[in-house]
Amino acid sequence: MSASHAGRRPWGTYVLYVVTALGMVYLFIPLLTIARFTFNQPSSNYNTSWNEFTTDNWRNAFEASDYRDAFVESIKVAIIACGLATILGALVAIALTRYKMRGGAWINFLLVLPLTTPEIVLGASTFTLFFNQGVRFGFWTIVAAHTMFCLSFVALTVKARIRGLDWSLEDAAADLGSPPLRTFAKVTLPLVTPGIAAAFMLSVSLSIDDYIITSFVAGQVSTFPREIWDSYIREVVPQIQVFTTIIMLVVISVLVVSTLAGKRRRAQGL
Amino acid sequence: MATTPADTRSVRVDKKIPYVLILPGMLFLFVFFIVPLITLFKISLSTKPNPLLAEYEFTWEWGNFTTAFDDFGGQLGRSFFYAGVATVLCILIAYPIAYFIAFKAGTYRNVVLGLVMVPFFTSFLLRTIAWQSLLNDSGPVLSFIEAISLDGFLGNIGLLEDGRILNTDTAVIGGLTYNFLPFMLLPIYVSLEKIDPRLVEAASDLYAPFASAFRRVILPLSLPGVFAGTLLTFIPATGDFINARFLGNPNTSVIGNVVQSQFLSRNDYPTAAAISFVLMAIITTAVVIYAAMLGTEDIA
Repeated sequence: MSASHAGRRPWGTYVLYVVTALGMVYLFIPLLTIARFTFNQPSSNYNTSWNEFTTDNWRNAFEASDYRDAFVESIKVAIIACGLATILGALVAIALTRYKMRGGAWINFLLVLPLTTPEIVLGASTFTLFFNQGVRFGFWTIVAAHTMFCLSFVALTVKARIRGLDWSLEDAAADLGSPPLRTFAKVTLPLVTPGIAAAFMLSVSLSIDDYIITSFVAGQVSTFPREIWDSYIREVVPQIQVFTTIIMLVVISVLVVSTLAGKRRRAQGL
Repeated sequence: MATTPADTRSVRVDKKIPYVLILPGMLFLFVFFIVPLITLFKISLSTKPNPLLAEYEFTWEWGNFTTAFDDFGGQLGRSFFYAGVATVLCILIAYPIAYFIAFKAGTYRNVVLGLVMVPFFTSFLLRTIAWQSLLNDSGPVLSFIEAISLDGFLGNIGLLEDGRILNTDTAVIGGLTYNFLPFMLLPIYVSLEKIDPRLVEAASDLYAPFASAFRRVILPLSLPGVFAGTLLTFIPATGDFINARFLGNPNTSVIGNVVQSQFLSRNDYPTAAAISFVLMAIITTAVVIYAAMLGTEDIA
């Protein structure tokens, strides 16, 4: 369909190409800047202006122990919080999509609310909950807060992904005498798993990256963003840029590999 | 909820199942989201008997709300101004890119879509710090502006202050726009992708020029995406204080800075709680007006 239009209004299409290209440049310039500074030998405590080329930062990547420990802490929080959020959120999404139930609109509203509440308010309110109950701030309060905001995110993402699936397989299983719970485990779950996996990955990225909510409930525990923020008064070390570049490279490789694999499958007619 | 033909057989299954499925998740949200909000509201109506201690008493003290407006009105106004401008810029930049991905990218659709997601997996703080190196006085952006002699003009229209970009309103808004762009782009893409290309084709077969096909077919169908993207951009942007810290100056402090410091260093919970609710009230009002303007009710 697009080809037929291109002939009639080429300049509009070119404008679209140019705007898109500029937009991609805008998105990637800071990311390339981060990657570039991993090869910089900083002339001060702040690795934010270019001095000279070095590969030391990559070789010493894991020697900045505060940042490494904070990074590990962030990953631990993300896996536990997002694991829990994915289980709870996916169940809610399945219930809302698959079953007729009263109060569905209210449940939807409750799910949207945390996403439309500024993080600063979420942080402040969870802080007061733990403060009032005399809970010690630390690892588990971070996990609870992260699970809360990831739960809504997972439920809504999974809901959007599974809305258009073909559910006649469930009927088939039921017609063949499979009890509801078994149908759920053997038919429903495999159908929705790809959507759930994607929601989990995205929620992990939200959790690892969260500074604002974490800063309210973390107590003495330092996560990766918190370590960057707190140490900013004295330094920006190249190792933190190395960490985030590694994640970026992993994500891009996964993208490239899955695209190539998809192409090959299509080429083989599978 | 949409009713599909498959729903008719749900009468056969146990009616309790959906409630069992949602119970743990809803319980979690109740304890860690609803209860804290109620607690925070109670604190916003409390007084602090001893300024040196964190303790507070519930006394129906509405004065905290007056304090929120009187003492921090500047920060509130600035937060909404920054978030508003950034949201408009996000729509203007994200829409054409989303349109390109949905209608023009062809087989590369998923690759481009994936590339747009890459910033999600890079630290928000480090992306903002990267803008600092790009925008500082010896950085490439300012050198480029000076090389093409735009600095005088940009200074005159107030985008540069004393020949600087870093530590100005421009930098804070630019950072917000950058950081929230993917949150605007994805919902717009999702709504564009749902549009049946045959609708657009039908419009042009009936000799509608592209402009009117766009205005009458594509744009209305994509408004739910614009609305969802606006919520996901505007709301977090009003509470964000990361961009203001790394890219702004002491005169660009926003409401998020205030709430955080009242909570974590000054221990003045009642004032901070009142500010939080003022922020929420203004956001809710703005969203309701915006939804009425767009004529959309489909949020999720």
